[in-house]
Amino acid sequence: MYNELKNHILKLFGSNTRLDGRSFTEYRKPFKVETGFTNTAEGSARVILGKTEVLAGVKMEIMEPYPDTQDEGSIMVGAELLPLSNPEFELGPPGIQAIELARVVDRGIRESKCIDFKKLCITEGEKAWVIVIDICPINDAGNLLDVSALAAVAAIKSAKFPKFNGEKIDYKEKTNKGIELGDLPMSVTVIKIGDKYLIDPDSDEEKVVDARLTVASLSDGTLCAMQKGGDYPLAAEDIEKMIDIGLEKGKELRKLVK
Amino acid sequence: MTYKTRADGRKFDETRKIEAKVGIIPNADGSAYFKIGNTWAYAAVYGPRNLHPKFLQDPSKGILRCNYNMMPFSSSGERVRPGGSRRSKEISMVTEKALLPVLDLVEYPNSVVDVFIELPQTEAGSRCAGICAASMALADAGLAMKDLVAAISVGRVDDKIVVDLNYLEESYPDGPVADIPVAMMPNQGKITLLQMDGLISKDNLKKALEMAKKACKDIYEIQKKALKEKYRTEAEEQV
Repeated sequence: MYNELKNHILKLFGSNTRLDGRSFTEYRKPFKVETGFTNTAEGSARVILGKTEVLAGVKMEIMEPYPDTQDEGSIMVGAELLPLSNPEFELGPPGIQAIELARVVDRGIRESKCIDFKKLCITEGEKAWVIVIDICPINDAGNLLDVSALAAVAAIKSAKFPKFNGEKIDYKEKTNKGIELGDLPMSVTVIKIGDKYLIDPDSDEEKVVDARLTVASLSDGTLCAMQKGGDYPLAAEDIEKMIDIGLEKGKELRKLVK
Repeated sequence: MTYKTRADGRKFDETRKIEAKVGIIPNADGSAYFKIGNTWAYAAVYGPRNLHPKFLQDPSKGILRCNYNMMPFSSSGERVRPGGSRRSKEISMVTEKALLPVLDLVEYPNSVVDVFIELPQTEAGSRCAGICAASMALADAGLAMKDLVAAISVGRVDDKIVVDLNYLEESYPDGPVADIPVAMMPNQGKITLLQMDGLISKDNLKKALEMAKKACKDIYEIQKKALKEKYRTEAEEQV
């Protein structure tokens, strides 16, 4: 469908450059993480990467623990591909792209164990906190996966519990208690187009992706979640190289969420 | 009982602090945000573009489609469940009616102009903020317009007529309240949105509408300034 575009991009790759002149493992600029953009959420973050902008907000609710984990709270990640952010997005219930986005972000956070679900429990079998993270793109100019994952982590980091009197939450009153966090996951999606690996694709590069691998990792280099996407298969050596890039760039991301 | 001073220290005819900016969403054909106090609205315009499904097309003119949506974390209370509510559908509809009179879509048969309004943070007056942002975004998209649309809520809190009610005033416990969102075409002085809930006398309504007219004129100046600002900056960049 995008043969011409792909040929053009591959030709540029041949001379070791990209559409916007970046190197293969260079993030777009500006790259900014701001927390606390809204006071209605318990936590929030706005991430701007090039022309991509994503808002993430955290609301905290009380849930009844799940039958198999009576002493645990939980997290929930929702993502909506707002038609405000991209002419190709349509109104309506989340499609598969939005669902995958939310689930990949969810898995990164959940499996990193940065949140101890047991500490979210208030009364065993009765009440526990559920941390709900919602992702809203304002402008999608590519790489929503990584920008959203970063915004979600930054929003969680900025969140403060609202007051809870044992019965009801008083959202008007925030406590100064944050969520106890362990080592945070950093997600990097590595793209393969032709025989090149790259990060932070723009909208045009996203149209011609052969395969992608999202790598979520901890600060010691342990992997905590992955997702392969794209129509083309990957060889074991591809995956090895892509993970190396993911881990390396993850370190760079970590500095942005201090 | 009398309502003596406003909880946030404003004069009775004073709006909350307003900030407006145009051209904030690069993907959109036109975009703007409008912040009034703690209420923020983003608006993006896409179009005129092809309208699907085809049976919705009007061969004599383009149509306007508005969608108002609160982000899940935009309420100071519980999370807003995504997917739209009866409330958001109604607001989308009245927003459409508020904006349509300033547009001339005869040049765009079979097309649609989509307006998406998103609210990252709300505290009363969100439909008015949405309309203000949308009107700026339509102008930013370069559509032919007879006027801008400015909107504000006015009303009554106990014995006082006030402009731009905040949340505390909307839910004032010690006396009757009337909340009246109004949208106007500031140059023509015509009203394109009028809703009300609460109790008010005809005389007081008249006073409230006068107050709305004045506030809309002020908002219009802010909208115009924001629109000019965008082009001023671009011109400077070219130097």
